[in-house]
Amino acid sequence: MKYTGNVIKYGDNVDTDVIIPARYLNTSDHKELASHCMEDLDKTFVNRVQAGDIITAGQNFGCGSSREHAPIAIKASGISLVIAKSFARIFYRNSINIGLAIVECPDAVDGISEGDKVEADLDNGIIKNLTTGAEFKTAPFPEFIQKIIENGGLINSIANGDID
Amino acid sequence: MTQKILAAHAGLDSVQAGQLILADLDLVLGNDITSPVAIKEFAKLNKKGVFDKDKVTMVMDHFAPNKDIKAAEQCKMCRDFCGENDVTHFYDVGEMGIEHALLPEKGLVSAGYCVIGADSHTCTYGALGAFSTGVGSTDMACGMAVGKAWFKVPSAIKFNLTGSLRKYVSGKDVILHIIGKIGVDGALYRSMEFTGEGLASLSMADRLCIANMAIEAGAKNGIFEVDDITLDYIKAHNGAEPQIFKADEDAQYDEIIDIDLSKIEPTVAFPHLPENAKTFDQFGDIKIDQVVIGSCTNGRLEDLQTAAEIMKGRKCAKGVRVIVIPATQQIYLDAMEQGLLKIFIEAGAVVSTPTCGPCLGGYMGILAAGERAVTTTNRNFVGRMGHVESEVYLASPAVAAASALTGMITSPWNI
Repeated sequence: MKYTGNVIKYGDNVDTDVIIPARYLNTSDHKELASHCMEDLDKTFVNRVQAGDIITAGQNFGCGSSREHAPIAIKASGISLVIAKSFARIFYRNSINIGLAIVECPDAVDGISEGDKVEADLDNGIIKNLTTGAEFKTAPFPEFIQKIIENGGLINSIANGDID
Repeated sequence: MTQKILAAHAGLDSVQAGQLILADLDLVLGNDITSPVAIKEFAKLNKKGVFDKDKVTMVMDHFAPNKDIKAAEQCKMCRDFCGENDVTHFYDVGEMGIEHALLPEKGLVSAGYCVIGADSHTCTYGALGAFSTGVGSTDMACGMAVGKAWFKVPSAIKFNLTGSLRKYVSGKDVILHIIGKIGVDGALYRSMEFTGEGLASLSMADRLCIANMAIEAGAKNGIFEVDDITLDYIKAHNGAEPQIFKADEDAQYDEIIDIDLSKIEPTVAFPHLPENAKTFDQFGDIKIDQVVIGSCTNGRLEDLQTAAEIMKGRKCAKGVRVIVIPATQQIYLDAMEQGLLKIFIEAGAVVSTPTCGPCLGGYMGILAAGERAVTTTNRNFVGRMGHVESEVYLASPAVAAASALTGMITSPWNI
């Protein structure tokens, strides 16, 4: 799978409370969640995010609550991929399970700036900064993870018979 | 300990850190926020029912009693699902409590169990010697359907506890001290294992509080070695026969950290991360607007007893709103019978029905811009208890009670 988009950049320890504040957890509607995505960290996010955009972030992205609403809000807002130095474990698991592509690559995070255009080929583990020409390597996704993301999540993968 | 429990639940003799396994689950938990998402996913699987009606539990605690119409719809969806699937352990208003206080109290978790919960603080049950970890709604849906979950086996950090805690120092101070030391990602993907001769001095309330906040260090789970205190607790709450897993003498750890409990002081985590832990010699006067004593971290009877001991016969400072939330109906009843609620009310505090409410900025104590709260909850992220310009200071019930009396963040040693 290849993802191409412009980068929106954040720092370390972006928690699930700022990704989707609890006051909006009285719904599980994807569009409604997306309309409040990142609200308590970056009020401009929902207005400037374009379909296909990529988030980069520092350490421990998605720390805190287990709310699956957080990766759902990010995915429904149009973000195609999150690249971080590291992810909190429940967020990592939830993202794969709902079919949001995420990858750990500290070098890429350091080598990509806000607004850069990036192309990521996760099957082969190559991230290219198209703005600067820099290239970064990461571990490719195992095939079963690729399948889950292609299917749009774990449930669809099970329903499609790709996982039994 | 974690690796042995996981091996036993995966039908393997042993497992190694990094290994991917499929494990059988003894309990699958959800609440009124995470379960609706899981129920929608579950429907897509076209399963006839849940894998075991006695091993799925839903607790209406976050926005219950219903805070608004949408919350009411979410609780209704859970109620209908549990009714249709004949789920034994569905806890609604009247029976419910904050999930992580309720389940051990009801005897639903025992030593050696493998538990997932669609709530990050599911790691609490490690205090009982169980492997227990937070997951999302999709994992909960699959868990409800097949009674299994996949895990990457974690490596472990061993915390070797010695000594015993001083007066008005509790499990909360221990875990804030530890998170301050290792950071909010200090145990990322790993297991925190608590052992050592210091265990003997830690009550179950202290242990449940420590394991509860393992997630605040990024850990997959926190787990305590089982001893007589654990076994007495499980027996007293009619829990299932405990399965005891002990770490091998030569078990591998990423790191071993020694903690002398007698050196721990009352500790406060400053905004906006639980790792910003400070002792009282490190800061001056900080005025507060609100105090919350409750949550899955510190809403247990022992927590209320400590707070009441400090507040007895005294008044809350003028201008400070003090909210006490017993974590379960049983705790509420016990606190009432022991006269604790009278002490709180006479001091000028309000006592609420069990709910997670203010901890996650849901309701029952939301902060305005510029306001500060000292709370016994578990997270102090930006906007966690309300406005993005409000501030949350995490502390023990003793610190919270002392602060309620003075209107400043106050050490219980100075009251």
